Amino acid sequence: MKLEGKRLIWNEYQKEIADDNYFYVRSCVRQNFFPAAEKTFLRYMKEFGKNVFENPSHTTCSGIGYHSDIVPIETAMTMVARQFALMTESGYENFVTSCITSFGLYTEILDTWHHFPEIEEKIRVHLRNATGREFVKPKNLAHASDVTFKLRKEISKAGKYRLVNQNTGEPIRVVEHIGCHYSRMFPSKGVGGAEYPYVLVGMIEEWGGEVIDYPERRHCCGFGFRQYLIKANRGYSISASKKKFESMKPYKPELILTNCPGCPMFLDRWQYTISEMEGITYGEKGQGIPVLTYEELAGLILGYDPWDLGLQVHQVPVEPLLDKIGIPYDPERKFLDKDENSIGKPKSPSFLKFY
Amino acid sequence: MENSVIVIGGGISGMTAAGMLALQGLSVTLLEKEKETGGHLARWDRLFPDRRKASEVLDFAREGMKRVNLVTGVTVTDISRQGREFTVVINSPIPNPQSPTPDHETVLKARALLLATGFDLFEARKKEEYGYGIYNNVITSADLEDRFKLKKGILTSEGKIPARIGIVHCVGSRDEKVGNLYCSKVCCVTGVKQAIELKEMLPAAEVFNFYMDLRMFDRHFEELYYEAQQKWNVNFIRGRLSECAENPDGSIIVKTEDTLTGKPFKITVDLLVLLTGFVPAGSTGDIAGMLGLVTGTDGFINSADSHIMNNSTDIPGVFVAGAVKGPISIGEAIADARAAAIQLAIYLNSPTPADD
Amino acid sequence: MIDFGYTITKDRQLDYDRGDMRYYRLVQSLEPSVDVCMECGSCTATCSAGQFTEFNIRKAHTLIRRGNTESIKAELRKCMFCGKCQLVCPRGVNLRNLILAMNRAIELLG
Repeated sequence: MKLEGKRLIWNEYQKEIADDNYFYVRSCVRQNFFPAAEKTFLRYMKEFGKNVFENPSHTTCSGIGYHSDIVPIETAMTMVARQFALMTESGYENFVTSCITSFGLYTEILDTWHHFPEIEEKIRVHLRNATGREFVKPKNLAHASDVTFKLRKEISKAGKYRLVNQNTGEPIRVVEHIGCHYSRMFPSKGVGGAEYPYVLVGMIEEWGGEVIDYPERRHCCGFGFRQYLIKANRGYSISASKKKFESMKPYKPELILTNCPGCPMFLDRWQYTISEMEGITYGEKGQGIPVLTYEELAGLILGYDPWDLGLQVHQVPVEPLLDKIGIPYDPERKFLDKDENSIGKPKSPSFLKFY
Repeated sequence: MENSVIVIGGGISGMTAAGMLALQGLSVTLLEKEKETGGHLARWDRLFPDRRKASEVLDFAREGMKRVNLVTGVTVTDISRQGREFTVVINSPIPNPQSPTPDHETVLKARALLLATGFDLFEARKKEEYGYGIYNNVITSADLEDRFKLKKGILTSEGKIPARIGIVHCVGSRDEKVGNLYCSKVCCVTGVKQAIELKEMLPAAEVFNFYMDLRMFDRHFEELYYEAQQKWNVNFIRGRLSECAENPDGSIIVKTEDTLTGKPFKITVDLLVLLTGFVPAGSTGDIAGMLGLVTGTDGFINSADSHIMNNSTDIPGVFVAGAVKGPISIGEAIADARAAAIQLAIYLNSPTPADD
Repeated sequence: MIDFGYTITKDRQLDYDRGDMRYYRLVQSLEPSVDVCMECGSCTATCSAGQFTEFNIRKAHTLIRRGNTESIKAELRKCMFCGKCQLVCPRGVNLRNLILAMNRAIELLG
């Protein structure tokens, strides 16, 4: 592997990411999947003195419905136009999304309007008729992982921990997985492009880890919207994840890092499901491979308490990773809520090692 | 002494045409941007379909150029036309300048120009998913010719004799993603030739050619393909390379469709050779711009008529030969250069050209 | 094991690295003309059995070539040995013997 070759490509795909004053829109599903990820983003942004504004009236971008073939594009565009109107009304021009599919949809819509201004005009009329609102298009559109990427050096500097195994001194071996809608539709809109995206690699490198380039890294996690949402199709979804696990296993990854709502969900939950269906596990000694979102990982690096990061709701236990890095945690508090009440303890899986 | 003709480009087409023109008694100057003539041919070891040495062809062309005024290591910076005369400015002083000019350039005059700026090899790095320049064991067909020429054997970057080698057709050709819709024509037969050469050197290796069509367009080419299958047991997988990945041991995972069985296909190879196609030479666009010549959407020069005026252009006195017009084989380039030389000589001998 | 109401699909990728090449090597030694097949499909177009069943002589031989004999073992029995394929083959492959060789390889190697 010649890293210079990758650097040449990375240099070709630099994108502009605004410095401050972000209008932030949430994902539909992430607060259920990984409840503290978005909260953690807001927390460290505040600590770094960045202004992130949320308008309580904002809604889904409807991308989840659009990609599930139930929301037509005109409807999605009008929903997106409303989000832009909220940004405009709030006095912001830098739009940041929590969700990769939202980011993809916003990018796709802005590109469509660029090439077909008459469609933009039509959508403006729809929005005006439905809500009386007007909007200015964002000056800068970024995904929250882009913003975190931009802050990676500051996070590293302020950080209490590094992605290094404290017992061996070796870097933690990390697999990165980018959401399909991040840069495949518009390679120039993703940090590092589509073939060798740099957005998560940059964080892993900066925080001391080693990136693993495994053969099926480009393969979709299998969410695919309809593939998962319709139960009869779920076999597709889990098979896709399994293909990735089989491919990465020989490289002995110690962590999977993601930037999409669906990918961490499926790469995490399917490890349990596969273990229950086939008795197979992919980590060391019967463990799974821990899966984190970039916000959760940034939070760990910054020394936030793992249970404040919501890591207790991950299906694959993260304790082996915390032990390697040397991050302290209180096992007794794992299943307590913020008021120290029990949130209930899940049943132990049959195969996947539990803590 | 005034030049009758200036030939721009010292590859096989320019060399051949310049030699032919000089043999007809015309004063010919050949301008070449590199230090040596020979172009891409100088880099090649052996030629399809008979695997004769490229150097023999080059020696023949050089032999024919004895009466040509050869100027190498220069770039054309300006061309203008005054009636039936052309003024060509080059970026370097040469002995006996025809007119006093600043030290850093020379002004040359000619009654006709022959453009033979040829082609560049497609930059394989642009197919990011193939990993050229990233994965050590992904090389190009030109890199392989370098290795054939050096005669040091074929080894992987880890110093192992490759047990399995892949050869990928259509890299940078027939590919809208990189802006090249055209077929580069000679890669198919080059891939078959190189497969055979690899088998000659490494009989125990398995060789796989990944192709979409095998365009064996010329005499003896289909027979070469037959020989590759029958005598050398080369495997042909019909499917375009979609992407590569690298194994921890440096070997390369290749993903294609096996379109003949309708299944996704995966294979690990120790060495992967990318058959990079033709793209118009960078200098072609520059010179076309100076002259106001029309190029096709593919960037190659359009001749005045692709059947009956294929060596003329829309500008009287400006002729074209070889790969400046698009992908072409060595044999065809030589024939085309000779045809261009005749057309050009007829033009110079004609007292009242129709276009004046 | 838990039944979640869906199943994990087997990967249908042809993985040459895991292919069993013993069959093809034996077929090659029994009928060397197989090497020059250029996959034109004339044999399959004219095949008597192929008109009424999924039997595809071109594809079946290709699957053996890729190390995937398992999927076509039963298929090969459908051939009626009429010999029409051999008449049309532009590369002169001895197709009747090729079928015999493929069946022989399956017989010998299981």
